[in-house]
Amino acid sequence: MGEFWEFVLAPVLIFESWRFGMEVAISGLLAGVMYSLVALGFVLIYKASGMFNFAQGVLVLFAALNLAGFIGLGVPIPLAILLTIGIMILFAIVVEYLILRHLVNQEQIILFMATIGLAFFLSAFGETIWGSDVKKLDVGIPQGRFEPFGIQIQYLELTAGAVAAALVTVLAIFFSKTKIGRALRAVADDHQAALSVGINLRTIWIIVWAVSGIVALVAGTMWGAKSGVQFSLSEIALKALPVLILGGFESIPGAIIGGLIIGLGEKLAEVGWGPYVGGAIEDWFAYILAMVFLVFRPQGLFGEKIIERV
Amino acid sequence: MFYREAGQFYTSYAKDQGIFQLRQDKYGLWGILFIAFIVVPVGLYLLVQGGLMAASTKDYLYNSIFLLLLVNSMAALGLNILTGYCGQISLGTAAFMGVGAFTAFKFSTGLNYRIQHEDDAGELVSQLVPLLPAIDNPILLVLIAGFVTAIVGVIFGLPSLRIKGFYLAVATLAAQFFLVWCFSRVEWLYDYVSSSTIQIPPLKLFGLVVTGSETVMRDGQAVTIYPAAETKYLICLSLVVFFAFIAKNMVRGRIGRAWMAIRDMDIAAQLIGIRPLATKLLAFAVSSFFCGMAGAMSLIFYLGALEGAEAFNINESFSVLFMVIIGGLGSITGSFLGAAFITLIPIFLVVSLPWLGGQFGIPVDAAVVEHFQFMIFGALIIIFLIMEPLGLARLWQIGKERLRQWPFPY
Repeated sequence: MGEFWEFVLAPVLIFESWRFGMEVAISGLLAGVMYSLVALGFVLIYKASGMFNFAQGVLVLFAALNLAGFIGLGVPIPLAILLTIGIMILFAIVVEYLILRHLVNQEQIILFMATIGLAFFLSAFGETIWGSDVKKLDVGIPQGRFEPFGIQIQYLELTAGAVAAALVTVLAIFFSKTKIGRALRAVADDHQAALSVGINLRTIWIIVWAVSGIVALVAGTMWGAKSGVQFSLSEIALKALPVLILGGFESIPGAIIGGLIIGLGEKLAEVGWGPYVGGAIEDWFAYILAMVFLVFRPQGLFGEKIIERV
Repeated sequence: MFYREAGQFYTSYAKDQGIFQLRQDKYGLWGILFIAFIVVPVGLYLLVQGGLMAASTKDYLYNSIFLLLLVNSMAALGLNILTGYCGQISLGTAAFMGVGAFTAFKFSTGLNYRIQHEDDAGELVSQLVPLLPAIDNPILLVLIAGFVTAIVGVIFGLPSLRIKGFYLAVATLAAQFFLVWCFSRVEWLYDYVSSSTIQIPPLKLFGLVVTGSETVMRDGQAVTIYPAAETKYLICLSLVVFFAFIAKNMVRGRIGRAWMAIRDMDIAAQLIGIRPLATKLLAFAVSSFFCGMAGAMSLIFYLGALEGAEAFNINESFSVLFMVIIGGLGSITGSFLGAAFITLIPIFLVVSLPWLGGQFGIPVDAAVVEHFQFMIFGALIIIFLIMEPLGLARLWQIGKERLRQWPFPY
């Protein structure tokens, strides 16, 4: 095999030593689950309000900051979690009251830019209150790893996988079985039709933002337990964007599968190609992968087909 | 009272299509240019000569405020063409500025590449070999940087035909992260120095020292000449004014109208005979051209030396986007207003917050100032989008409308 093919096939050749390959693959998949957790929040808000919520990443940071902050103050963990959930709900109400209701009927691009503003405000606001040092977040997730068939797996990553599965199940039940869930889907389908059958848009928005705030809290807890709560968390959360466009903006399964593909692809590329080009290609690989993918399928894997009419 | 169209008739097509319909507007522009080109440099010079201002204050004004303002205006112009006129959201502005800066650097050192060979003792010897003669004309460098960045911009704009809206915004993030990664990993770009820092070599224009310093023999003594802040300021100002003029004429002509048609509804634009791919790619090319020039100006005139991954990170992209939003999407004047606003607010905060804290006995350190800056930026963006989605430019326009009717608004 020539040098060229060795380079091109590098991510596959990792599996020559299959244990190492499996370790890389599994850690990639589980990192992908973490991305999916962040992406879920995006999808919820996009489905319900057509708003591309750029602030979701910062919401993750904000939730984690609050939780870590309360625990740091000596509040017992269950109470701290409840308090943080309370803050996220309060935040949803404030956002609806101060921002969303004033931006009804604006173009999507305006809404998007408003969430960029929100992201800037929120990240600085959280750090002004809780300080910008790196905080440890320990909510009792077991540390360490175990080794089935000689493959090392972190407990934390396994927990994240389980939590993600539970979260998706709960969300699926919430969306399909409860009255609020059905109202949410109605709003996602057609704002005006939803209004005409008596669904209160504002309440729905508050609920959606609160739910995605809580999803952000879950994601933030997982990320925080993995790498500490710090500002760079919001940049890691940016990785949820390629996940989103890969999976499609409107699809919850898309967010999960997109996350798995991105996580796996990124890890394999880093281990396979990284050494050839100086490393750290994780920084951009996900974006390029998503971009190339988009050229062939502009609506993502599970997104609704984009139909344009004049 | 003074701002009226009364008595001004458009008696020819040329007059009817003038950039400034009102004589007062035209005089206003000449007035601003007069102040920028003559009153500011001469006034500051006289103030320093008269002992009313320290020379260091003057240099601070030029080097830290005016030059930054001009660089940011250029970048905002570029992004406004793409986002404001053609409707393609880009989050990769800073990366394109970076391409400009690195191009300027490579051409100013003659596109060095490294050859390595083993000498007689078997040790590895590296040698930098220039490919072209080094260019020492700053304006030429800025233009070359613009052209190269335009090519890179077109490459990253190619997916825009298939990808639209938010999907495109995320795709431009690919440009941002990939290019910034190149700035710290591709050794050729920064001439193989270990710190990945680029520094502009001494440049001259019309015999004037622009960067670095020059030692000349004068009356038998060696005298070191440092670049005057005025020189940099005037070169930058000329570039910005010249290209703002070009941008203004582009957006009000056939090209600009095609961009706006694509922005407002691309399918309808296609139906009336506008080629979407060519139009969008042209917008990407022109926008990147401006951003590349801004980056080159930032390296040559403003910073002198920089580290690519740090100077052109994603926050820089956002700050240019903010300039465009606050200034006004789809407005050349707005680009300048927004750039001024976003550039001056941090400077104002850095000065005023510690003072304010001192009044209440609260210690204010740099981190707090930065947090406040972010919070104020974020809040301002939201407030502007709610109150006036078209930004400062629209406020300026409303102000002019009011002025026309003043003092009898009926």
